Amino acid sequence: FALAPQGLLRTSVSHSFLSFASITGACRAIQKLTRVRVVDNSALGNTPYHRPPKCIHVYNKTGVGKVGDKILLAIKGEKKKALIVGHKMPGPPMTPRFDSNNVVLIEDNGNPIGTRIKTPIPYILRRREGEFSKVLAIARNFV
Amino acid sequence: RISSHGEPAKFQPPPKPVIIDKRKQREERRFLSPEFIPPRGRTDPFKFYIERKDMIQRRKVFNIPEFYVGSVLAVTTADPCANDKVSRFVGICIQRGGKGLGATFVLRNVIEDQGVEICYELYNPRIQAIEVLKLEKRLDDNLMYLRDALPEYSTFDVNMKPVTHLDHEEIPVNKLQVRMKPKPWSKRWERPKYNIKGIKFELPEKKMKEAQKWSQPWLEFDMLREYDTSKIEEKIWKEVSEELKK
Repeated sequence: FALAPQGLLRTSVSHSFLSFASITGACRAIQKLTRVRVVDNSALGNTPYHRPPKCIHVYNKTGVGKVGDKILLAIKGEKKKALIVGHKMPGPPMTPRFDSNNVVLIEDNGNPIGTRIKTPIPYILRRREGEFSKVLAIARNFV
Repeated sequence: RISSHGEPAKFQPPPKPVIIDKRKQREERRFLSPEFIPPRGRTDPFKFYIERKDMIQRRKVFNIPEFYVGSVLAVTTADPCANDKVSRFVGICIQRGGKGLGATFVLRNVIEDQGVEICYELYNPRIQAIEVLKLEKRLDDNLMYLRDALPEYSTFDVNMKPVTHLDHEEIPVNKLQVRMKPKPWSKRWERPKYNIKGIKFELPEKKMKEAQKWSQPWLEFDMLREYDTSKIEEKIWKEVSEELKK
């Protein structure tokens, strides 16, 4: 199976003849089997385990999860739903790009499991305040 | 003068006057933002002329300061989703890309141990203010290697005070050599195609020699790759400075 490449090829060329063309390879955001980083202070997310938490399903028409999508995570041998709050893939301009794929653990009804989120959350999630009001309430920093 | 504490205030000597020697003929420092220089190609120069007019129009309304890759900037944007409808981000400029109205710059900062990069468009009307907190250059044009460097080199205080820079002085070049996290890196920065001077490579000699295998020494002499922009820059500088003075 081959997913259509969604990454952007960004080139920046300086004017010296020894030009430095920086091309980021095609990178997708969160999909099945991506290792993610849980950023809230829940016990499930922070206790060490010999396997990192991995995404096993994305609740999306395309199998690629961006900020604000719900995914199913396999943590410590159990399945848990989570909300994507930041990914390594560059998005539209004026939106933040994080250095790690960040995720917040969530129940089926949308209640977050942890009580505090220290890492910065993008402001775009505020648009869907109805669904994510409880997650946004526990977030401390916004970018 | 007695301050509110009840103790006499510490004597502050008057600030020393800055003497600008006008007798010596100083060449005025000209800075033409890189997005004004048209890329090499077969497009009609008229398209670039119209774009430049629009860019100058925007610059008349909104001040875009002079900055380089490696300077620390603070950008406030209008955001309907933010608390006060404005959001402020402070970071070091790691890349300036794009030409014309689509010119972008990427700011990077590390907040709460999480590296965040935001790509801003210079001419986006949502941007309300761009302040240069520290104006300086680095040894490279592109600081993407900061992603693989130790996080201390990308952390900047969100409330840092702007460092004053006098107009007639030259822009300081920060010759900092950055220390990297252990390999693997996102790109093989030791390879000569990136030509990075700002990393302190702690790799063994063998690896550095092996990286030189990918060097392409003929590129320097390739005449078809030369793009001399000095004359174009002169013309555009005259045009832009005249329009902005009006």
